[in-house]
Amino acid sequence: MAHQTPTEAVPASVSSPRPAGGQAQHAAVRVPARSLRGELRAIKIVWKRELIRFSRDRLRMLTSLMQPFLFLFILGTGLSSIAAAGTHGVNLRTFVYPGVLCMAVMFTAMFSAASIVWDREFGFLREMMVAPVRRSSIVLGKCLGGATVAALQGVIVLAIAGLVDVPYVPVMILEIFALQLLLAFSITAFGVMAAARVKQMQSFMALTQMVILPMFFISGAMFPVSGLPQWLAVLNRLDPLTYAVDPMRRAVFAHLNISEAARKALDPGVTWFGWRVPGLLEAGVVAVLGIAMLAIAIAEFSRVE
Amino acid sequence: MSSNGDLDVRAPAVLVDSLSKRYGDLEAVRGIDFEVLVNETFGFLGPNGAGKTTTISMLCTLVRPTGGRALVGGHDVVGERDEVRRNIGLVFQDTTLDGYLTAEQNLRLHAELYGMPRETVAPRMQQVMEMVQLWDRRGHLVNTFSGGMKRRLEIARGLLHSPRVLFLDEPTVGLDPQTRSSIWSYITKLKREEEITIFLTTHYMDEAEYCDRIAIMDQGKIVALDTPQALKESVGADRVQIHTGDDPAAIEALQERFGIQAGTAEGAVTFRVPSGEEFVPRLFAELGQPIKSVSVSRPSLDDVFMSYTGTTIRDAEASGNDRNRNMARMMAR
Repeated sequence: MAHQTPTEAVPASVSSPRPAGGQAQHAAVRVPARSLRGELRAIKIVWKRELIRFSRDRLRMLTSLMQPFLFLFILGTGLSSIAAAGTHGVNLRTFVYPGVLCMAVMFTAMFSAASIVWDREFGFLREMMVAPVRRSSIVLGKCLGGATVAALQGVIVLAIAGLVDVPYVPVMILEIFALQLLLAFSITAFGVMAAARVKQMQSFMALTQMVILPMFFISGAMFPVSGLPQWLAVLNRLDPLTYAVDPMRRAVFAHLNISEAARKALDPGVTWFGWRVPGLLEAGVVAVLGIAMLAIAIAEFSRVE
Repeated sequence: MSSNGDLDVRAPAVLVDSLSKRYGDLEAVRGIDFEVLVNETFGFLGPNGAGKTTTISMLCTLVRPTGGRALVGGHDVVGERDEVRRNIGLVFQDTTLDGYLTAEQNLRLHAELYGMPRETVAPRMQQVMEMVQLWDRRGHLVNTFSGGMKRRLEIARGLLHSPRVLFLDEPTVGLDPQTRSSIWSYITKLKREEEITIFLTTHYMDEAEYCDRIAIMDQGKIVALDTPQALKESVGADRVQIHTGDDPAAIEALQERFGIQAGTAEGAVTFRVPSGEEFVPRLFAELGQPIKSVSVSRPSLDDVFMSYTGTTIRDAEASGNDRNRNMARMMAR
């Protein structure tokens, strides 16, 4: 927002701010001048609204779990016989599990971002836009809310690790949860950025399909990223999602009791010109992209009208 | 204009100075000037597309003016946007509630966005919800509310942070007559209970009667501005309608004896005279034609609108500038 209010010391208290002579029967409430505390309250309430809405929407919780479960149990089981030759005895479901952990988060995060399009259509966006707070607070609250909701959804998929032979190791669970939060945040930021421009739900959904699905397939969520044909390897390294799937897989595979050959074949790791990219750097790529998209989203929503 | 005697020494609640808004080559608002006094109820009356919503959007900092300036509560709507926003409450034409939250959650969200002091939120929330009689429905999802209930809740929400100026953009549009009148009874009650300036737009003539002053807006300009009473008086003449056995003869007699141009409207001989009630005895004595019935009516705001714009508000809407109306609809989004 272009304009910064001069800091005016207004005590946050119940007082009658109006000039004398009023017949007001009750104490009037003075809206205090803009402050950091006020911005934090705004961020928190926008975040909380996402959680409340999510908790009300049981159907959404179920439907957004549908896709990951299909990939994990139907595709994972169906393909396991033909994949058996290449997995060195590792269950195919175990292999695709990290990809599915990402998938669960991605689609929920996109859904959360889509609600900004609904908010515009149903007018609620305007209620937030005329509030005396920075637009950045609204957008940030929205992204954090979307991230939280999506990560919660991810936890459900995380909880079934045992069904696909992944042990419940606290460190791994924490690592995965942190990665899910990060991914969810970046995807929501992407969605909110898109929602600033795309004002109709149909177009937004079409865009999602156009962007998210290819990103998911190219990321290596469903295949190892080594020994790919050149063109696919290039696309894979350019796909931001690659850098969320790979550390996720690394976290899972670190706690699997499997042969060295299997590890090498299934978790080769992302390389840049032969250099194995460290997990922390990969997470950094996702974070930087997320923050960049958040910044664009804030700039877009801060423009008047 | 208001119950307060010391109005004159205060700054106006709203001050508008040659304000204009242009969308491409369409001039939605063409340099308007007016002032709204503190605690006044001020109405903007005009057909859809007259520029009412654009004006209200500029005053609420939602649309940036292309010319002139406007102060709300003494603050510039462009330069001091946040100051303005803190001091105003808004009720839009279409609902801006979150249907998936309860009534109470909607209000709480508003309180947080406006940074209301925490200890004031609960009592104030109860107060405004009781005012619109929704306190016992506070735990219900807004999606289950009727159109009238939603509008009431929006009025309560608009008041929650005790704004100095409450903007109501067509507060009763799309509601059935009974709900409309109940909304008005809340607004009337609000004026009694709170010290607040109300700025509203409407295209219902009868609603303009509730205002202390009204501005008639047509094609982006203010064509008249005064109290409803004064506006009606400015039209001057009362409307007299008579039923006779022979209308053409009566019309001829009116012309001959009194020099009055009469016509037929609504199946009766209709004409205008300055003070209709005093004219009626003369009419009976001198017309020389049998009269079956007579009715005299004071000028209505419809007549006022007609005399300033040359058209009725309904005709203006029917044939009005379509582009302008589409623009208004777009802006309402």
